Amino acid sequence: MSELSPLVLILAAIFTNNILLSNFLGMCSFLACSRQLETAVGLGAAVTFVMTCTTAINYLIYHNLLVPSRLEHLTFVVFIAVIAAFVQFVEMFIDRFSPRLYHALGIFLPLITVNCAILGVSLFMVIRKYTFAQSAAFGLGAGAGWALAIVLMAGLRQKMNYSNVPAPFQGVAITMVVTGVMALAFMGFAGMVTIQ
Amino acid sequence: MCSRTLKDGLWSNNPIALQILGICSALAVTNRLENSLVMGAALVFVTTLSNLFVSILRKATPHRIRMMAEVAIIATFVIVFDQLLKAFYWDMSKALGPYVALIITNCIVMGRAEAFALQNPPVLSALDGMANGLGYAFILAVIGFFRELIGSGSVFGRQVLLSQWYTPNQIMILAPGAFFALGFLIALFNTLRGRQPQELKP
Repeated sequence: MSELSPLVLILAAIFTNNILLSNFLGMCSFLACSRQLETAVGLGAAVTFVMTCTTAINYLIYHNLLVPSRLEHLTFVVFIAVIAAFVQFVEMFIDRFSPRLYHALGIFLPLITVNCAILGVSLFMVIRKYTFAQSAAFGLGAGAGWALAIVLMAGLRQKMNYSNVPAPFQGVAITMVVTGVMALAFMGFAGMVTIQ
Repeated sequence: MCSRTLKDGLWSNNPIALQILGICSALAVTNRLENSLVMGAALVFVTTLSNLFVSILRKATPHRIRMMAEVAIIATFVIVFDQLLKAFYWDMSKALGPYVALIITNCIVMGRAEAFALQNPPVLSALDGMANGLGYAFILAVIGFFRELIGSGSVFGRQVLLSQWYTPNQIMILAPGAFFALGFLIALFNTLRGRQPQELKP
């Protein structure tokens, strides 16, 4: 596990082990915000940024605070608190220093706290025993992979507006099936790198 | 009142098929029936108890910090369940991986605490939590049953479709199969209820 270089890990997290298409994380906001391309791009960028930073912060807290004081059973509470606090902090920071960016990203930031992909990546980092560099790389790759998936989906859904979908499948059902086809396509990358 | 609460969660307002909540874990752990049932049990446990306690504490919780209070309550019960699983069913805990911990961010639990437990008395809230948990568990069991049956030709790990004439369709236990299974299940629910599916709310 530990021999994978961070660069390889980024590629693996985007293509072979896409957090959305192979680990099913972040489905709620994926379904809700993939109707328009601009929204998808904005949310994807925000998720990538928050994921990279929180994974790195959680790594430091887990290995320097929780493990030495034998408090591993508090992991979940600490991680979710870090994520919520970080999102809040970023929101205030962006609002203060770049109002334009705040208006572009602002509405997505609160949504990110409840995005399970963020917590999921931190948990995978603990389970797979990554080093610090690997954790940050994995966070970046997973975020970019999630952003790629939601942007692709938004493109597909805009096309889908013009197609004749059977009545029971309209809305969520067809989105699920199309995501399945997309996951099938991404399986073509499997075998390039293996992480588990 | 009680029976309506129960019916809402289980069928007429099923959290997965109709409200489209908490689908991450519904997709991730359903490659085997056994995993699906344990995950369902976990959610029944967590939603029932978290709804009960959120409701008991609803008058003592200041409105502004209620989200944090809810997350703290939910996380407590998730940790309890996770530790139980680690102590008694190590293999299962390994198989479910991070998805037990991810119950904390499962929208069903938070959603029920926000939408129901904050306005209703403790016993009714616990019942509502249980009904929604059971509705979730029911859907997970259905998906898990079909994915295991088609994907590996077995039920509960026991071979039922004989390998002489049945070639397991591996795609069903892999990721795309999960999306297909849930997509078709939601379409089935829409057909059964004979109504136009509503658009998603973020």
